[in-house]
Amino acid sequence: MKSRKLSIPYIVWMLVFTMIPLVMIGITAFTDKSGGFSLEPFQKAFTYTNVFLKSLWIAFLSTLISLILAYPLAYMLARMKKSSQNTFVMLLMIPMWMNFLLRIYAWIILLQKNGPLDLALSILGIHGSYIGNTAAVVVGMVYEYLPFMVLPIYTVMCKIDPSLIEAAQDLGSNGFDVFRKVIFPLSVPGIISGITMVFVPSASTFLVSQYLGGTDDIMIGDVIDKIFWTDQNTGSAISLILMIFIFAFLVLMNLFGDEEAIA
Amino acid sequence: MKKKSIISKIYIGLILFFLYSPIAVMIVMSFNKGKTIVWRGFSLKWYGEVFNDRTIMEALGNTLLIAVLASLFATILGTAAAIGISNFKGRKRAVIQNISNIPIISPDIVMGVSLMLLFTFLGIIFRFEMGFGTVLISHICFCVPFVVLNVIPRIRRMDPSLYDAARDLGCNEWQAFFKVVIHELMPGITSGFLMSFTYSLDDFIITHFTQGAKFQNLSTVIYAMLRRKIPPTINALSALLFLAIITIMIFINIRDRHEEKRRARNI
Repeated sequence: MKSRKLSIPYIVWMLVFTMIPLVMIGITAFTDKSGGFSLEPFQKAFTYTNVFLKSLWIAFLSTLISLILAYPLAYMLARMKKSSQNTFVMLLMIPMWMNFLLRIYAWIILLQKNGPLDLALSILGIHGSYIGNTAAVVVGMVYEYLPFMVLPIYTVMCKIDPSLIEAAQDLGSNGFDVFRKVIFPLSVPGIISGITMVFVPSASTFLVSQYLGGTDDIMIGDVIDKIFWTDQNTGSAISLILMIFIFAFLVLMNLFGDEEAIA
Repeated sequence: MKKKSIISKIYIGLILFFLYSPIAVMIVMSFNKGKTIVWRGFSLKWYGEVFNDRTIMEALGNTLLIAVLASLFATILGTAAAIGISNFKGRKRAVIQNISNIPIISPDIVMGVSLMLLFTFLGIIFRFEMGFGTVLISHICFCVPFVVLNVIPRIRRMDPSLYDAARDLGCNEWQAFFKVVIHELMPGITSGFLMSFTYSLDDFIITHFTQGAKFQNLSTVIYAMLRRKIPPTINALSALLFLAIITIMIFINIRDRHEEKRRARNI
């Protein structure tokens, strides 16, 4: 039980299959096709600045909408009877167990021309396809990652001691003040982890925009996927930039979270 | 108060509608005789085609095999690691734990391409091609940290004198380890295993980059199907998978309730 040796296989494993591959990405990003040092991959990577910005924009919108939808839901869930809470959490989880690709595909069916949404709206005289634009991509992202926003916020809301709310009420707070001064500040850690869990995958995923977006809705993940099979150097440079970006975001989120915890 | 509960019911109803309507449409369309979105009458023929499709069935087998093996191996590796790590102190421990977090926080696509780089490099040296083995290794990579993260808190909560007590009562090291330590850590080990299993089942991105030319799992088969013109069998496949998920969820829920009751009785 006192043995540290038990962790040796794991450390070796992580070194070989996690650290070395990342180092290889770093090296490949700074070399050219012949294997010499070069900054060319980065020059090429920067031609995709627009795609980067678009990805961040789509990820930002998806995160914001998820937060707006998830927060009231988490609040309502936390206030239910314990048995119905479990049922609803399960109902929330079930679609997440469906294959990632099938969930996007379901939206293709739903939004396409002559699809259910089109048929429903044609009663009002509106006709057309609802696929192939940024909004469809954002809807797909929100659909993919909404539970990742709900669950952490719900978890912190459940932990809020009801006597704190009672105390605030006894001290003369009205409903809105209780929310603003007690419930909201205590739910911030959940919001932070929800934002992280939605923003990181939606900024870096691929396929969602390929299937639901238009021609200018390419995301950085799609570029990496397309490029890596032919030009590993530029692909590595883009991956490296994405990785640094995500780490910076996580550090920022951590700082923000800690400060809130102290205040 | 009454008004509020009605509003929250409507709101939750709308969210559930948002979550389930795409799946519902897919299930309805799986019974469509026609090949497109236009309804041409009820038919079960696509279900027959799913079971007769050898690519799908083979991919399903691959997916399950990889998920079982990867989560088993990750559980063993991760549990041993968690015990080892908790014997480290201070900075060394912090470094190892931070390394454990890398696969969790780094984007799937970066992990996928980095492993692809490694495997093509090693493949040239040792003359192998990517396939079952490389996919298995990659899945173990992203599963292990979940096991480590689930087991470490259990170790912290465990009373260290339990192990000593077992030794005093005549267990040898291995008996004490398997009968006492593993037993105490079991809840953490199980949840680590289940998380690994579900992540492995659902993975597309990492498999996509490490599968090579011949091997396919269910996600990458679906990907290939969606790239060509969309075949209607995919609806039937989705409906069947959904049925399987619902069955498993109900099973888990019944087991949990059963366990809760048993625990309540014991206390």
